[in-house]
Amino acid sequence: MENRQELNRNLAQMLKGGVIMDVTTPEQAKVAEEAGACAVMALERIPADIRAAGGVARMSDPKMIKGIQQAVSIPVMAKCRIGHIAEAQILEAIEIDYIDESEVLSPADNVYHIDKTKFKVPFVCGAKNLSEALRRIAEGASMIRTKGEPGTGDVVQAVQHMRIMQSEIRRLANLAEDELYEAAKQLQAPYNLVKYVHDNGKLPVVNFAAGGVATPADAALMMQLGAEGVFVGSGIFKSGNPAKRAAAIVQAVTNYNDPKKLAELSEDLGPAMVGINEEEIKVLMAERGK
Amino acid sequence: MEKSKHPTIAVLALQGAFVEHEKMLRSIGIDSFEVRQLADWQRPKDGLIIPGGESTVQLKLLRDLRLLEPIREAIESGLPVFGTCAGLILLAKSVEGEDFDRLSTMDIDVRRNAYGRQLGSFSTEADFRGIGRVPMTFIRAPYINKVYGRAESLATVDGHIVAARQHNQLVTAFHPELNGDTRIHEFFAGIATNWANGHR
Repeated sequence: MENRQELNRNLAQMLKGGVIMDVTTPEQAKVAEEAGACAVMALERIPADIRAAGGVARMSDPKMIKGIQQAVSIPVMAKCRIGHIAEAQILEAIEIDYIDESEVLSPADNVYHIDKTKFKVPFVCGAKNLSEALRRIAEGASMIRTKGEPGTGDVVQAVQHMRIMQSEIRRLANLAEDELYEAAKQLQAPYNLVKYVHDNGKLPVVNFAAGGVATPADAALMMQLGAEGVFVGSGIFKSGNPAKRAAAIVQAVTNYNDPKKLAELSEDLGPAMVGINEEEIKVLMAERGK
Repeated sequence: MEKSKHPTIAVLALQGAFVEHEKMLRSIGIDSFEVRQLADWQRPKDGLIIPGGESTVQLKLLRDLRLLEPIREAIESGLPVFGTCAGLILLAKSVEGEDFDRLSTMDIDVRRNAYGRQLGSFSTEADFRGIGRVPMTFIRAPYINKVYGRAESLATVDGHIVAARQHNQLVTAFHPELNGDTRIHEFFAGIATNWANGHR
């Protein structure tokens, strides 16, 4: 009866309607948990700082990740580089709850992603369109998120990726059955996954928004566009009042369709992360790993 | 004879796998609506489902949205409630190693993350009292250390209690909403139907 992939997809289902927050220390992890994070992403540097520092960004120190695992009772995720099988094995060895094979770190392989079906722990992967999403799922990802443009505080890319994905899903759902083979060819994705999307009008796994979410309004926007939950990276601990902003974003995800509530939540949060516009940045992380 | 009234079930939709419960209810012909804030809660209902998710998140939102007290009062006055996984934790009177109030309406003592991290998640089949063998999916699940007072055990796996009932309160450590098997939802719908028809 044991079906790891199903169990791993199930864990993502439990995270739905929640906010996953980037944290760099056990103290931040506790702040995130108390503010209502449904999971935390343990990493040494948040994307905004990775961007600022430049150089090669790698998996975090396992000791640092373990410190965060001990500090909170909610699931703990951590990032490995795209294609870095050994980093993923190390994260599995310390019993991480979810591995993010992430374009935020420097890719370790310019061609191949990790064969995630070889692992017992679940993986989440970024995608900027349906084609990428289905390839990652075929490789064994049990959760998908938009790539967005991490570390910018600019939501425009996450919006674009979610819009494209939802529009491509709707298009597939409306195709005739005999058109699906050609659609699979164009999407460069396995036919069975294309068929699933056609039949169900959704991905076979949970789909979150990520990359550039900085305010309760950003989070609500992504939910209205069809995200099932939200990752917030630099947006929280690069802002003036992390605890308050984090709690407001959590509530905004639950009541994303209630503008009055969103107005209350958006009051008095202190300065948001300064942010950089997409055209001002040198490295487009979303272009990593296709 | 008067036709029996169909129950309407409120589904707590603050965070977690609430859509899955709504689908199960729809498939057995039961109406439901989502509770995201106090105004939703004030609608008429004959039962409540508290879904799986993260209990810490749901508790925080129950407090922030001022839902905790009204929901506790309703359960204490007999409103049928069905909690799965995180829902079970929220309904437990005591949780090992933690001493703060949740809904805390049920005579059970619970261990959170009792099977460890995600690598400890598993699925199995076991007997459920009054229903028979049912599929059970455990995701970073709790189990019940002990039932006492008016609570009784309904199912065990490896010697640990994984389902319990106390009058109109029903809890499972596993996720019946993730399998196609609707029998446990039908069982709860039966409790809610009784309530809807005035059998209190």
